Amino acid sequence: MTIEPGLYHLLFISTTLFFIGVYGFLTRRNLITMLMSIELILNSVNINFIAFNKYLWANRLDGVMFTVFVIAIAAAEAAVAIAIIINLYRSHQSIDVEKAEEMKY
Amino acid sequence: MPSAIIIALIPLLPLFTFLVLGLYGRKVFKNASGIIGTISLLISFVIAAYVAYGYFFNYGYIDLRGQFNLSHYEKLIPFKYTWLQFNERMSIDMGILLDPISVLMIVVVTFVSLMVHIFSLGYMKGEERYPTYFAFLSLFTFSMLGLVLSSNIFQIYIFWELVGVSSFLLIGFYYDRPSAVAAAKKAFIVTRFADLGFLIGILILSFYANTLDFNALIATFTSPTSPELHNAVVSSFLGVSALTWGLALVFMGGAGKSAMFPLHIWLPDAMEGPTPVSALIHAATMVVAGVFLVARLFPVFSLSAPAALNIVAYVGILSAFLAAIIACTQTDIKRVLAYSTMSQIGFMMFALGVSGYGGENGLGFTASMFHLFTHAMFKALLFLGAGVVIHFIHSNDMKDMGGLRKYLPVAHITFLIACLAIAGVPPFAGFFSKEEILLAAYNNNPTIFYIALITSGLTAFYMFRLYFSIFWNKSPDIHTDHHNNTSLVMNLPLILLAIGAALAGFIPFGNFVSSDGQPLESHFNPMFSVAPVTIGLVGIAIAWMLYKKQNNKPEKIANSLSSIYKTAYRKFYIDEIYLFITSKILFNLVARPAAWFDKNVVDGMVNASGSVTQVVSARIKKIQSGKVQQYAIYSLVGVIGLAILFIYLWK
Amino acid sequence: MSGTSIIFYLLAAMTIGCGVIAVSTRQIFRAAISLLFSLVGVAGIYFWMDYQFIAAVQIVVYVGGIVVLIIFSIFLTQQSGEKLPIQKLGRKLFSLLAVFCGFALTIVQIFQHTFTKTTAAPVGVTVRNIGEELIAMDKNGYALPFEVVSMLLLAALIGCIVIAMRTPSQPSPEETEIKRKEEIKVIIPKEEKVLIIQEETGGIE
Repeated sequence: MTIEPGLYHLLFISTTLFFIGVYGFLTRRNLITMLMSIELILNSVNINFIAFNKYLWANRLDGVMFTVFVIAIAAAEAAVAIAIIINLYRSHQSIDVEKAEEMKY
Repeated sequence: MPSAIIIALIPLLPLFTFLVLGLYGRKVFKNASGIIGTISLLISFVIAAYVAYGYFFNYGYIDLRGQFNLSHYEKLIPFKYTWLQFNERMSIDMGILLDPISVLMIVVVTFVSLMVHIFSLGYMKGEERYPTYFAFLSLFTFSMLGLVLSSNIFQIYIFWELVGVSSFLLIGFYYDRPSAVAAAKKAFIVTRFADLGFLIGILILSFYANTLDFNALIATFTSPTSPELHNAVVSSFLGVSALTWGLALVFMGGAGKSAMFPLHIWLPDAMEGPTPVSALIHAATMVVAGVFLVARLFPVFSLSAPAALNIVAYVGILSAFLAAIIACTQTDIKRVLAYSTMSQIGFMMFALGVSGYGGENGLGFTASMFHLFTHAMFKALLFLGAGVVIHFIHSNDMKDMGGLRKYLPVAHITFLIACLAIAGVPPFAGFFSKEEILLAAYNNNPTIFYIALITSGLTAFYMFRLYFSIFWNKSPDIHTDHHNNTSLVMNLPLILLAIGAALAGFIPFGNFVSSDGQPLESHFNPMFSVAPVTIGLVGIAIAWMLYKKQNNKPEKIANSLSSIYKTAYRKFYIDEIYLFITSKILFNLVARPAAWFDKNVVDGMVNASGSVTQVVSARIKKIQSGKVQQYAIYSLVGVIGLAILFIYLWK
Repeated sequence: MSGTSIIFYLLAAMTIGCGVIAVSTRQIFRAAISLLFSLVGVAGIYFWMDYQFIAAVQIVVYVGGIVVLIIFSIFLTQQSGEKLPIQKLGRKLFSLLAVFCGFALTIVQIFQHTFTKTTAAPVGVTVRNIGEELIAMDKNGYALPFEVVSMLLLAALIGCIVIAMRTPSQPSPEETEIKRKEEIKVIIPKEEKVLIIQEETGGIE
């Protein structure tokens, strides 16, 4: 691995960010912080797409397109998630995810 | 030969009657059911007589005068339907086999059944379950006719069981009496136990012969060169060849049905049923099914397995002797007749046992079948006579009877004729048949001959003891009779059977029925008959002295032989031995552990599978906790696991 | 070690460091702001890679839209004051282990793989090119996904309104606040000690 940043460095960063997001999703008790972790995951995926586009497929723009779409979809999803959180808050008076366990056995 | 349908009508008419009376008897035909049953049986009897006449005098006799004197009675199969085919040779068929003994039996069965039907019209009048009774009688007649007409050993087993069921139903006819219920159970269980041996015997025989059909079975096992016979004789278990085992086990089934020692315990108890039933089933027809079975397989017994034939002979003579001794002490008249039946069937059995095959050697076979024929007549007559007496006195015990000859003249004369026949007094039927049996025994096995001679004497003694106790002895103490005399319907069968008992002896039986089908000339040897007749007359004389007039000689004799008398009176304690074996040994050592095993291990396993499922599910239901993060962890771990699996382990 | 490398490593450090803070801090505003800086770091990485358009989109949509949305929702659900509850230690360790395993697996796979570059001539990543490709209808065009995404946004819009609508059975925020205060009034005498303990142990974070 060279000192000069290349594809591998970017992939390393995106993997790290991905798994940080996963850790946050599994550990946080608050719904909003879980949403933040999901945003980190999505961003790591975007870095991946752009990296591959730049270093492997420089003659095409597929990676960029994908990233644009992912950003759009992430925005829509975040909005819907906030709406759900607000609805849940109204019925439970709390957004502790451990309290939302009505779907158990 | 008449068409198969005509012959098939003989058993099918009673079956049809059973169905009609069983389904509609109680609602529709209440009083007419007796007439319906009797008429259907009359038609059956006429057809049977017609078939018998045709068989013996017309088409059954294959006349091959020109060739080595081989003319004989052929075994005809007018009908065969393959029901279940196992391989090319072995199949369970439903067929009709006509040969001398089966034609003989259909005549005997239909005739005696007809007599019993007519008698029951009077005896069972006023009975509440009148239609049911006649339905059961028809069922029994159908089963017995099917049994004797069977062409396949499995078919005979099927009808064997059917006969057992009919017997059970009829013995337990008065089902509100616990003794009748117990007797029916006992009969069924003992015969069913014997049928276990029968089934195993069938399996052994069919395994080695690779066929279930009677003709093929007998042909396979009697031709000296057949490989199947060689196999069956060579393979042995505990030193006895497989063929002998098979035949001995088949004989066990026959011994159970025919009440041979030690499977005889059900017959005296079976007297709990109505008396006409006893006449039909337990005197003339069902109990000779065992003899019929041995006679059917006789060529195999005598040509290929003489050891099995020896067993038949010794069991027969032992039963005959034992039963005669017990009968001398019993006071219930039906029980005396039951033990007498057992004794006479013992005679038939050992006559088969000492017989050879072919020509003069086959005398025992002919004698046995002849005795079967005559015995049916006079034993049915004795039972129906006893029925008349019981109907009159309303008691079974000899002590309540005496001097009835004035009140029941027809019964008296016919009973006397039957007693003379069974004692072997010429010229009645029993003399001829018994004399042939003794001649066959004398020619082959002197020991058996001497024991049989003594037994004949005992037979004469106890039969006349019975006769004198009922009709002579003391003067009657009867309140003015309620039924003045017995009706014609009850007397007519007695008269007809008495005619049969008197005249049947003159039929030249050997011309029709013999071991190999060829006519057998019976030589009447007056010198030989001196001994049996003399012993018979001595027996009658002793009974005359002891029982004709009321005296205390019998008690004195009984007291002097007290222990022997007591043992004989208690039927040699055989019932007690059985009770001991079953309740102390079988129940405790076999039945109780088996029940424990069934309840705790077998049920326990099933219960365990249920409760294990419940416990496990209670533990693992927490996986579905409703918490999203836990689900996410599970899926992450799963994905990582699968990735490792696919990348590194499963290339 | 050229300047670009240093800048790259700084940006990477900021992204990852703020990401770590975002998932582990107990104060929700700090988490939101760290998320913001992390996303800015990602945008910086895009700028470093010469993909200016994407970087701009990132800042406008993610930082300026989504993070603001998250902060609004924090206000709406009245979480701003209290400290977040912590997860059980067992859960944290197990998640850490699982995440570490996954990370190791992925890194090993990536570094063992040789990526082959294409040999064709590179295309400039300009706004004009991106725009033309976005609505092109030829083989390489993304007109269809464009329309589909627009429908998705419409559905999301309607969905949000519907879900967040207050149905007559649900109480208004004032009523909810009043009910909550009443519950606390009843519970507080018993739970005073519990609250104090939580305050003490919460200081580790």
